Amino acid sequence: MNPLLNEVPIAWYLLLSATLFCLGVIGFLIKRNLITVFMSIELMLNAVNLSFVTFAHEWHAVKGQIFVFFVMMVAAAEAAVGLAIIIAIFRARATLAVDRIDLMKL
Amino acid sequence: MNAPINLLLIPLLPLAGFLLNGILGGRLPKWLVTTIALLAPLASFGVVLSAAANLQSLPLVETCPFPWISVGALHIDFSFVLDQLSLVMLLVVTGVGFLIHVYSVGYMAHEEGYSRYFCYLNLFLFFMTVLVLAGNALLMFVGWEGVGLASYLLIGFYFKKDSAVNAGKKAFIVNRIGDLGFLIGIFFLLANFGTLTFSEIAAKISANPAWQGGVLTTIALCLLLGATGKSAQLPLYIWLPDAMEGPTPVSALIHAATMVTAGVYMIARTHVLFDHAPFALGVVAIVGAATALFAATIGLVQTDIKRVLAYSTISQLGYMFLGCGVAAYSASIFHLVTHAFFKALLFLAAGSVIHGMGGEQDLRKMGGLRRKLPVTFWTMTAAVFAIAGFFPFAGFFSKDAILYAAFLQGPGGRALWFVGLVTALLTSIYMFRLWYLAFFGESRSPEIHPHESPWSMLGPLVILALLSIGGGWIGIERFAAFLAPSTGPRIAESTAPHLELYLSIAAVAVALVGWLIADQFYRRKLTEQEPLALASPGAYKLLVNKYYVDEIYGAAIVTPVMAFSRYVLGWVVDVGILGGLAWLLGGAAMFSGTLLQRWQSGNLRSYAAWLAAGAAVVLLFLTAPTLLGAAGVNLHFFGMGR
Repeated sequence: MNPLLNEVPIAWYLLLSATLFCLGVIGFLIKRNLITVFMSIELMLNAVNLSFVTFAHEWHAVKGQIFVFFVMMVAAAEAAVGLAIIIAIFRARATLAVDRIDLMKL
Repeated sequence: MNAPINLLLIPLLPLAGFLLNGILGGRLPKWLVTTIALLAPLASFGVVLSAAANLQSLPLVETCPFPWISVGALHIDFSFVLDQLSLVMLLVVTGVGFLIHVYSVGYMAHEEGYSRYFCYLNLFLFFMTVLVLAGNALLMFVGWEGVGLASYLLIGFYFKKDSAVNAGKKAFIVNRIGDLGFLIGIFFLLANFGTLTFSEIAAKISANPAWQGGVLTTIALCLLLGATGKSAQLPLYIWLPDAMEGPTPVSALIHAATMVTAGVYMIARTHVLFDHAPFALGVVAIVGAATALFAATIGLVQTDIKRVLAYSTISQLGYMFLGCGVAAYSASIFHLVTHAFFKALLFLAAGSVIHGMGGEQDLRKMGGLRRKLPVTFWTMTAAVFAIAGFFPFAGFFSKDAILYAAFLQGPGGRALWFVGLVTALLTSIYMFRLWYLAFFGESRSPEIHPHESPWSMLGPLVILALLSIGGGWIGIERFAAFLAPSTGPRIAESTAPHLELYLSIAAVAVALVGWLIADQFYRRKLTEQEPLALASPGAYKLLVNKYYVDEIYGAAIVTPVMAFSRYVLGWVVDVGILGGLAWLLGGAAMFSGTLLQRWQSGNLRSYAAWLAAGAAVVLLFLTAPTLLGAAGVNLHFFGMGR
């Protein structure tokens, strides 16, 4: 165990996690390109992962770390499927602008 | 002797036949359907016979397979009673029922829905045996409704024919009116006696001989209303003539021999109640006598062979009510039994005639069938002589017993006796009219070549003919003595020594006169027009139109009810209130939908924004108490603080 880790207060980790998450949310909301939106989602997931790991370390509970593995696995699967869908959309519509992919309405 | 199982078997065997044929009937070969359908009533009859053999040692078998309703002080068991009365009735129901099943095999051989027919027929036997065996009024009501259902199904058996379907509905609806009376009677019984078991009610009434009239009269009149519905008496008789739309064996079994006598059976079963309600008893007698005369006059001019028999059935049921009304229950049941024999025979013989004529039911198109259908002719002859009341045929003994009992009841009774005698004359006239028109003279439809029926049909005819001839020889004294434990002793005290003999001679003389009149008008000179139409066109028109009763009921009851249903219930309630409410609810949903629909923009980022906003609100909600609490703000006002 690296003693340096204990020097940094937990709040800093959480603050970093929250900042990353907010960046992800903002990117998700304002970016137009589908791939960027996708990257924003990954950013949010990783922000959450960070807080999981932080709390796991803080409380000496291994559950949080295990959970992170699950999140990473799901994120990998999601990336594989999501990218395939993005390619399919691009082939069909020749655009990746989210505003123009709005078929799901009445 | 394992009595309880035995008794349960009587209704359960036909039920098994019904279920087997009802569920599998369409897939089974025809011979198997026939076997199942015939075995069920035969086995049931066998059980009844074995019970009859043991009855001497067991005067009254009351069994309770299982309790049915048990709420507070109210206990109603699923109890069966086998006493002399139900035994006689069961012998008729299963015995004659079995014969009619056999007959149906031949009659229905080429009809569509063969297995459906037998399935309904077995269902009828199930409910009828439940009705007869029932030890309390509610269980009897179950059977009562059940036979009504079977009757409805079988009247409308040819469901592709509008008239048959309508006749079925008419029978069902008219019976509802009577059933309501029965039901109210049951409620009154429950309210006044706290039990529905017949034996307990009888015991409670008998314990207090001074108890007369009052509530007993009310109950008896309610029960009488039920009986008039089921047994086709005035004023609810109108369904029975239309019920002839069903197959002829059905008319014989349900609408002549068994089901329509349920009303008589019910009165005999609750006779203790009627004995203590003299007014109701008088009403029973008057209804019976009036119906007997009324229906007989209509029967005089009917041209459909089955309708003549239908009115004759109503008329004979009137005799049975008359018998009940003068407290001669055993005579009434005696007539019920002999009537089951000869009226089933009449219907089955008529069915054989119709079968031979290729479906023709109009008497005016028959004639000369004596040589073509010899077995049918001779069996029918036995039945005609029996119903007309000739010595020594069965009808003579039973009709005589009723008329004699009526005659003993003072001046009012003599008036009833006279009505009965006139009815006997009319009965004799219309029966011999049918006999002459169908079997004598020359054929009036040369293009039809009648053929005698198969032996599966003729066999039951012959057996019933023997019963119609000899069924009355047991004599009313022995019969009444046998029934006495159930229906009380026969009232037969007479001041004049040979009164019964004189009355018998009068009855036979009247029957003979009727025969001569029919002989005069319908054998010698067969004209196109009815003799009565020539003699008195007005009376003839009235009779042919059945006293316009159907029309009067139509104008007085059916039309107002229909109008009320169509305009008030249909337009105001259904279209106005219910439809309006439905439109209101639907409109509200549509309106809120058009508003909320704008939310669904299809824009991914707007969804995400709402999601984020929602998440922010939830977050705020969860953290607000902590945050604000830290800031020292009391949140109890908002209802979300600690």
